[in-house]
Amino acid sequence: MIPEVGQFALVVALAVAILQCVVPLAGAARGNAVWMALARPAARVQFLLVLIAFGVLAHAFVTSDFSVAYVAANSSRALPVEYRFAAVWGGHEGSILLWLLMLTFWMLAVSFFSRHMPETMVARILAVMAFVSVGFLLFLLLTSSPFDRLLPAAPDGRDLNPMLQDPGMVIHPPMLYMGYVGFSVPFAFAIAALLGGNLDAAWARWSRPWTTVAWVFLTLGICLGSAWAYYTLGWGGWWFWDPVENASFMPWLVGTGLIHSLAVTEKRGAFKVWTVLLAIIAFSLSLLGTFLVRSGVLTSVHAFATDPRRGVFILGFLALVVGGSLALFAWRAPRVGLGGRFEVVSRESALLVNNVLMLAAAGTVALGTLYPIFMDSLGLGKISVGPPYFEAVFVPLMAPALFMMGVGPLARWKQASLPDIALRLRWAFGAAVLVAVIGPIGAGGWSVMVALGLLLAAWIAVAGVASLWQLLEGADASDRWWERLRRIRRVTPAVWGMLVAHLGVAVFVVGVTLVKGYESEQDVRMAFGETVAGGPYAFTLRDVRDGDGPNYRYQRATVEVSRDGRPYTTLFPEKRVYRVQSNPMTEAAIERSFTHDLYVSLGEALTPTAWTLRIYYKPFIDWIWAGCVLMALGGLLAVIDRRYRRGRGTA
Amino acid sequence: MKPRHRRFAWIGTGVLALGTAVALVLNAFNSNLVFFFTPTQIVSREAPVDRAFRIGGMVEERSLQREDTRVRFVVTDTANRVTVDYVGILPDLFKEGRGVVAQGRLGADGVFVADQVLAKHDENYMPPEAAEAMKKGAEVSGSLSKTLRAPAANGSP
Repeated sequence: MIPEVGQFALVVALAVAILQCVVPLAGAARGNAVWMALARPAARVQFLLVLIAFGVLAHAFVTSDFSVAYVAANSSRALPVEYRFAAVWGGHEGSILLWLLMLTFWMLAVSFFSRHMPETMVARILAVMAFVSVGFLLFLLLTSSPFDRLLPAAPDGRDLNPMLQDPGMVIHPPMLYMGYVGFSVPFAFAIAALLGGNLDAAWARWSRPWTTVAWVFLTLGICLGSAWAYYTLGWGGWWFWDPVENASFMPWLVGTGLIHSLAVTEKRGAFKVWTVLLAIIAFSLSLLGTFLVRSGVLTSVHAFATDPRRGVFILGFLALVVGGSLALFAWRAPRVGLGGRFEVVSRESALLVNNVLMLAAAGTVALGTLYPIFMDSLGLGKISVGPPYFEAVFVPLMAPALFMMGVGPLARWKQASLPDIALRLRWAFGAAVLVAVIGPIGAGGWSVMVALGLLLAAWIAVAGVASLWQLLEGADASDRWWERLRRIRRVTPAVWGMLVAHLGVAVFVVGVTLVKGYESEQDVRMAFGETVAGGPYAFTLRDVRDGDGPNYRYQRATVEVSRDGRPYTTLFPEKRVYRVQSNPMTEAAIERSFTHDLYVSLGEALTPTAWTLRIYYKPFIDWIWAGCVLMALGGLLAVIDRRYRRGRGTA
Repeated sequence: MKPRHRRFAWIGTGVLALGTAVALVLNAFNSNLVFFFTPTQIVSREAPVDRAFRIGGMVEERSLQREDTRVRFVVTDTANRVTVDYVGILPDLFKEGRGVVAQGRLGADGVFVADQVLAKHDENYMPPEAAEAMKKGAEVSGSLSKTLRAPAANGSP
């Protein structure tokens, strides 16, 4: 009986969502306060209903109720309980339910943290979000109900995809979805502004923290996915330009542009139309990502859906949302106005250039991701676009963007002077060049790409310090350094957030540059007792033994690592075969350190006493994820800034 | 600077940036598109000899030979066969009698030298390229192989 409760809750949620979409919108149009006031309680009720549905499904998983088809397809009795819970979003239906839970959670958050906003605005925002919710509820109920029964019940489930049985996978989808769905908030803000025709600095100030929080979640989600791919897929890569990854990367790029564009709209009143357009594009790309991953047009781990109706539904909904919002944009954008003027050399210009570069980057990713799908669907042959394309395009697009990141924070709003910026940044530039010349030699051999990467990373980091130094400047430019340092307490969290996030980009660039430049990968045959050298390390394969995990059998190798003749560590890479799905899985063993990872994974048994092994040396690879975490931390710091918490009276 | 000049400067910069980006993208796109060919197309010399491409089909039973980390196997679409040479560790789901996609170049001796072998992570999953090759191969040889696993119905939207 319990699963039917979940189904019922979703049906009621649909009714509430329709109500929440129609009534407050009409209220806002007619100025009816009672109708508008319906939005908040409706949002809260809707969240509660979806939470009930989600709880029911989780209950079915934890208690192994295999009379529910979705549970039988994605869980098993032998599955450890924490993975049974994670299996709720291990398949198509549950992921959409999770998507919906996130969406209603964001609505709930908006309903609580919007007291200082005008009622018409709140009503419109929640109505737009409810519209999205209606679409996804219909999708869930019509094409992919997670509560469909399997009669008679299966004696045991088909188990969770072994690839997903990993702690990283437990939190990666919720993080990613929080980010994806989070962009529905700035989207709703943008649509509400277009409907109301009022788009001012206050609007931008309300919209900013929401956008930033969504971006933080998306950053962490992508970061977790990348880290997960690195240690689960067994071949040591951290980014594959796989369509599924690109699907999350496109909204991230546009979202990054949106954050900066919003800053200009709040501070200077400029870029209004551009900001609205970016908000629409960011959420559209989130929907596109959902379509790509969930419709089955791509074939990879994530594409569970094999039902073409689902694809058609999402595509139709996507067309409705994107087409509708762009039409509204074309109709209403002229009323919004362009906002403040600025000179060619100004902070606005720097931000605009980077915005355009971000959008261009997202465009190139979209081209490489969608073109093969178009060709295929038109029957023009199968082609693939691999990492070489993305790398060839990304380096020249991102290099100027990274350079501008150093200049932007120092440039003055409205009108800046190039000689002044050059004067302030001359030491930063010198330091960056020094790092670019000396760094590669110290790291293991000079090359142009490594030098360029380190140049840009050092440039961002040092220019960040220079911009902080400029901020500490008093009214009298000749003040002493300790007088300046004393003002450091006055630096707002928002500024610290910007500096930390930019530092994160620098750290990320260092990681990518050094991994690309100096990683070593060798696939070797090793007999028991044999030793292979990798850099200053020597790897000795001792033996390979069999054993049993909770729902799999494994073969575990013992690899002893020594450095300069002294024992360094012992690694235990595994080869697993999961009992139910009988897929082999490679569990790499990784020794992490600040400057490098040692990565060993098992290939195949050639003879009973000889195996093939992958032995990888990955310098500074953890800096990649550390950089992402710093970016996210920067975002959080920016959000806690006090000016976002001011009430209506003091704003 | 007059507003009109400023506007020109903006438009000029925009056009320049857009032009550069488009040129970059198209150039990279052109040189990095990887086309796909079936064993039959390769045998009938339709595949390029000077650039990398992908081959798909089924790994022929009992065709896998190993020599340390170097492997040789035969990819078939039931009508024609192409030998593939690869140095490295094969993916977990690589198996004789299953679908496979390899990326690399065709040698003068007709052996395909792969630098990448792809087999995706689901035992029931057939790479779309491999499924396509098997379908075309079956049309060529006039009989649908009974061992052919039906591909997931998710080829085109």
